[in-house]
Amino acid sequence: MISDFLTIWGQLPDIWNGFLNTLILVIIAATISLLMGILLTPMLMSSRPGIARIVELFCDAMRCVPFLLFVYLIYFALPTMGIRLSNWTSGVLALVLYNSAYMALLLRGAWQDLPADTIESGKAFGFQGFSLMRRIIMPPVIMRAIPSLGNQLIQIVKDSAFLSIIAVTELTSVMNSIQSTYFIPFAAFLTAVLLYWLLCLCIEIIASILTRYSEERRT
Amino acid sequence: MGGLSTIGVSLVSIIIGVPLGLGLALIRWGKVPVASQVVFTYVSILRSCPAVTLILLIFFALPQFGISLSPASAGILALTLSTAAFNCEVWRGGLIAFPRQEYDAALAFGMPRGLRLRNIVLPQVWRSCLPGLVNEMTMLVKSSPAVAVIGMVDITRAAQRVGARTYDPLPPFIFALLLYSVIVYLMIRLQRRLEQPISKPEGVS
Repeated sequence: MISDFLTIWGQLPDIWNGFLNTLILVIIAATISLLMGILLTPMLMSSRPGIARIVELFCDAMRCVPFLLFVYLIYFALPTMGIRLSNWTSGVLALVLYNSAYMALLLRGAWQDLPADTIESGKAFGFQGFSLMRRIIMPPVIMRAIPSLGNQLIQIVKDSAFLSIIAVTELTSVMNSIQSTYFIPFAAFLTAVLLYWLLCLCIEIIASILTRYSEERRT
Repeated sequence: MGGLSTIGVSLVSIIIGVPLGLGLALIRWGKVPVASQVVFTYVSILRSCPAVTLILLIFFALPQFGISLSPASAGILALTLSTAAFNCEVWRGGLIAFPRQEYDAALAFGMPRGLRLRNIVLPQVWRSCLPGLVNEMTMLVKSSPAVAVIGMVDITRAAQRVGARTYDPLPPFIFALLLYSVIVYLMIRLQRRLEQPISKPEGVS
């Protein structure tokens, strides 16, 4: 058993590479999908029913679909429509599309909890449109949403493991190839699980620091 | 056929995972000395562990210790372990929110521990936890396609197979997608329905 873990240690460069890839995937996907969420949320809250309907349909669809199937769909469906993407790009695309719907829903939840007087007084001071969104609405909404955004970040980490099925070289697929070369499945996957745990613990700590900071700002 | 096996795997995991989660939550709630730390670590690890990785770990690693599982039982085991961890958190939230006075009142009446749990705590906690539990079941159904990775026939795998036979992978995938969407959509509706009657009386009192 100990020698198994030594073998794993010997594969450090590969594992580091896979871990880094997972990290990069998560960071890119989280950043873009948060930005997309910020764009989609005003549409969800839009007073024009048509726009709100369409965006809500998109968000609900993403909520209902299992991520693995969504990855397959992106991976197989886009080429038939003439769009050729590398495995990595289609993986990122799937992560971004899927999670931006969740981000939008989370931000909407925070927005609905926002007291209406803030927005109304902002309007009374002449804020409107983009500047109303940027100066008055979004800052408290994002502050409020930090804990659930942290949870969603962990969800993105977990979703990124699904990308191993379309041969994106992230942590799980690296470990899978190591275990099939050296026949040490237990050591390999246990290391993977522990690395994921480490990553998620870091995210939780950062999220809780940010939550404390935002609560101090609010009071 | 494929649809049935996915529902079966999810259903079995739910049936085992919900009481298991309750047990784990009770261990943490009762602050059992060593066990509660163990449960804390277990929940923390399992909650951050991707379903695919866990299924691969269980399916490939257990034979190393002389336990050989079929893909179906490995899938059920993995999903049960992870859903138990999530359910533990839901139950624990319900237990923490449970009004302490009622428990103390039961204590004052001299109720034994088992009776206290069964007659006072559980009937109320169960109701407040239900939306969270259904939410967790939805997540479970959504992660159940991961079982396809180790080759069990479920909706995803069946779709892949049909796709390989007809050289057109899209229609079966879209069919599988729709099937899952319907299942999950119904569960989300159920959850919303459950949330309403429970949250209303609380607002009044």
